[in-house]
Amino acid sequence: MRLAAPVKPSSGKTEQIILFRVSGQLFAVSSASVQEVRSADSMSGAAMEISAPGIRKVRHVVRRGDRSLFIVNGAMHFGLHAAEGALLFVLRKTRTALLIDGIDKMTTMTRLQALPLSFCHEERQWYRGLTALDQTVVPVVKPEGFLSPEELALLDAALLQSDNSAAAALQETNSAQ
Amino acid sequence: MTVSAELELQSFVLLRLGERRFAVSANQIAELVAPSRVFRFPHRTSKLEGVILRRGRIVPVCDVSEMLLGKRLTSRRFYLIAVRNYGTLKEWIAVPVTGECELINSEMMAASESDAPHVAGWLSHDGDVIEVLNLDTLTPGPEQPPAHAVAPQVVEARP
Repeated sequence: MRLAAPVKPSSGKTEQIILFRVSGQLFAVSSASVQEVRSADSMSGAAMEISAPGIRKVRHVVRRGDRSLFIVNGAMHFGLHAAEGALLFVLRKTRTALLIDGIDKMTTMTRLQALPLSFCHEERQWYRGLTALDQTVVPVVKPEGFLSPEELALLDAALLQSDNSAAAALQETNSAQ
Repeated sequence: MTVSAELELQSFVLLRLGERRFAVSANQIAELVAPSRVFRFPHRTSKLEGVILRRGRIVPVCDVSEMLLGKRLTSRRFYLIAVRNYGTLKEWIAVPVTGECELINSEMMAASESDAPHVAGWLSHDGDVIEVLNLDTLTPGPEQPPAHAVAPQVVEARP
């Protein structure tokens, strides 16, 4: 499913969000940040395995033209119990496709509260902030927070190495023939 | 009591954690509230349980009992909502406590170099010597408040 380009709301004071679950935990993401929603199965054919040292949350990559999308397992990213993701969010302006359990609903948030300063570790990269919806507090994820520049560099290096190995193997096969 | 002696008195809130009592400067206390639902979500900061909703604000819950008593509280009766300083910024934090709190006026003896960093001073009350807590060192937070933290803490949602 390809999502339509986001329409600017008339009030300018609200934001459309998608509530989704990873290992049963509820999160929100701006719908404007989600370019596509795909079933994990639909991507599995196009996905290649990848293994970068220290980045266990990324096991697959999808090539789209000259672009590579890294599939990030949401459960592993957040340190939750491993779960078989069923859906993928292709996140706009990133190289991340996020593997999630499923979508709860789409809704509107009117206020985003900055993450309290007591939270002082990786979560500051993970979340844009927190929002209160129906007497529940939901963390709003930062699309660019799933893969740091360092992680992307490692993944690119692993991808290049994999490409080089494949090219060398092909050359060897051709030479043998 | 002379006027000069009165000037030495400061207000403190006495709180109970398990069997022990501690004090916090009353200037730092916003309110004492009944326990409410703690919302939990993934994070990597130790000593933070989650957040509670209080008057529309999202307040982090910092359990300081493990650091002060060496064990976690098995029961909690209230949350003491305190003001935590992060450099020039201030935010509310909720500290679980096990009993009623009490407002007292007392003189504080300054902490010495040998005291733990979380001890702001000492006071004597009802025959007990009570630690005055420095919540800024006892609860988590960035060592240097991030530059972007000067932005408003609540923003309208914008796509």
